[in-house]
Amino acid sequence: MSAGSPRLGRRISEVAFLAFCWAATGVALIALAAILWSLIRQGIGGLNLDVFTRSTPAPGSRGGLLNAILGSLMMCAVAMAGAVTVGVLAGTWLSEFAKDSRYGKVVRFLNDVLLSAPSILVGLFVYELMVRPMKGFSGYAGALALALLAVPVITRTTEDVLRLQPTALREASVALGAPVWRTILTVIWKSAQGGMLTGALLAFARISGETAPLLFTALNNQFLSLDLSHPMANLPVVIFNFALSAYDDWRRLAWAGALLIAASVLTVTIIARLTTREPKRS
Amino acid sequence: MTVQTLEAPDTRILALPEDEVTIQVKGLDFFYSGKQALFGVSVGFKRKAVTALIGPSGCGKSTLLRTLNRMYSLYPGQKAEGEVLLDGEDVLARGVDLSALRARVGMVFQKPTPFPMSIFENVAYGVRLYERLPRAELANRVEEALRRAALWDEVKDKLKDSGLGLSGGQQQRLCVARAIAVKPEVLLLDEPASALDPISTARLEETIRELRSDYTVIIVTHNMGQAARLSDHTGFMYLGQLVEFGETDQVFTNPATGRARDYITGRFG
Repeated sequence: MSAGSPRLGRRISEVAFLAFCWAATGVALIALAAILWSLIRQGIGGLNLDVFTRSTPAPGSRGGLLNAILGSLMMCAVAMAGAVTVGVLAGTWLSEFAKDSRYGKVVRFLNDVLLSAPSILVGLFVYELMVRPMKGFSGYAGALALALLAVPVITRTTEDVLRLQPTALREASVALGAPVWRTILTVIWKSAQGGMLTGALLAFARISGETAPLLFTALNNQFLSLDLSHPMANLPVVIFNFALSAYDDWRRLAWAGALLIAASVLTVTIIARLTTREPKRS
Repeated sequence: MTVQTLEAPDTRILALPEDEVTIQVKGLDFFYSGKQALFGVSVGFKRKAVTALIGPSGCGKSTLLRTLNRMYSLYPGQKAEGEVLLDGEDVLARGVDLSALRARVGMVFQKPTPFPMSIFENVAYGVRLYERLPRAELANRVEEALRRAALWDEVKDKLKDSGLGLSGGQQQRLCVARAIAVKPEVLLLDEPASALDPISTARLEETIRELRSDYTVIIVTHNMGQAARLSDHTGFMYLGQLVEFGETDQVFTNPATGRARDYITGRFG
């Protein structure tokens, strides 16, 4: 026991620990606020109607981000449609069927490896897989690369939230005579939908800003194109190119694009939170 | 009318005539991944009566209950040997249609397990698995089940609200309604009141008493008073064996075996 009163010692360690927690939270919040502030400060000036109605300009001429916005939307939508399907089914398989079997453990481990794979590697992989054999960059290749990044996130979060569902809930449905597949579809997924949606949103947030995998796959397109089988403009690559350029108007558009990505992730998150609110328990 | 048999020096099992029982268990052994949890349990559960299973934690009461609707079949490591005859058919046999079995043998669990859907859909869930009823008929079925579970008056104006919004006691009665909406013959209750407050418990007991007229009810409970109040027959289990089984009055006032007497008088357990 220390020399001072044990109560005092305990209080000091409590205050120190709390202060440390506050400080850590503060650092994280300050960084977040700084990023948001510079995004808004520099991005808001570049936002105008042209951004949404015109395609990326040559330096010095009038233009916007329409082609990049539509390209990003289309590729993200295709990527998420595929990734949610694969990720939710894989996560369900891990949680409900594979559990702690050896095969399940191997798949879970590999998924965790994929989860932290550098995105540029995924880009190169899809380049070798699709772009080279098909002799051309394309929106499909971009969507595939984004989907490959989203799948492990969705798989992991789906498995985690499904495992949190009480055994009694599964047994209650099975006890009524429901087969296991029906129990999963109508009771377990429904009960876990909030968490599963959060996983999908995390994945969406991750891929919506990814640049590296798109550089090798969708590349870019100066013109408006809605054809996924051709190179496609997208916000991250446009931001990347424009931000590094020497032209003020391009740099302004880069800031505007960055603000758009942040705002869209925020909006989607808020809408999803509002629509999947848990019912109040009395 | 009933025959008393003295099976072993330390056990006494009342054998009920076969035509009075819905479920007859014969020489049931149960294993959790090789570890034996039930040893040669033989017992009959009387039709349209309440049978209580009592005994200290880990004695095998819930395990016995979970063999009756083959709940254990969800878990590959669990195995039952012996016979469980439901109206003469062995439910442990290979190739038994588990959905059909569970439609006949309903179950309510220790903790309330409302599904994340409306009160109406909760009760309709089981019915929809087996029957395609016109909407009006389904609504009647739901109302009837909720009335029998003594919940109708409390929820009739909010059938579309989530079942998760009900209180714990209401949720448990919702689970009873959900089970009886399927019109089973047997109702298994696994410590159904252990998570409820005294008032909710009293309501639930009232519900169970009402159900006796139509169902074979088997209830696992740690509450001696509840077993004494509700049941016609009581089985006392200890270390995976059925030690004593008989009329509830007899088991509680004049237990035949020393272990049952010690447990009931509170000397252990």
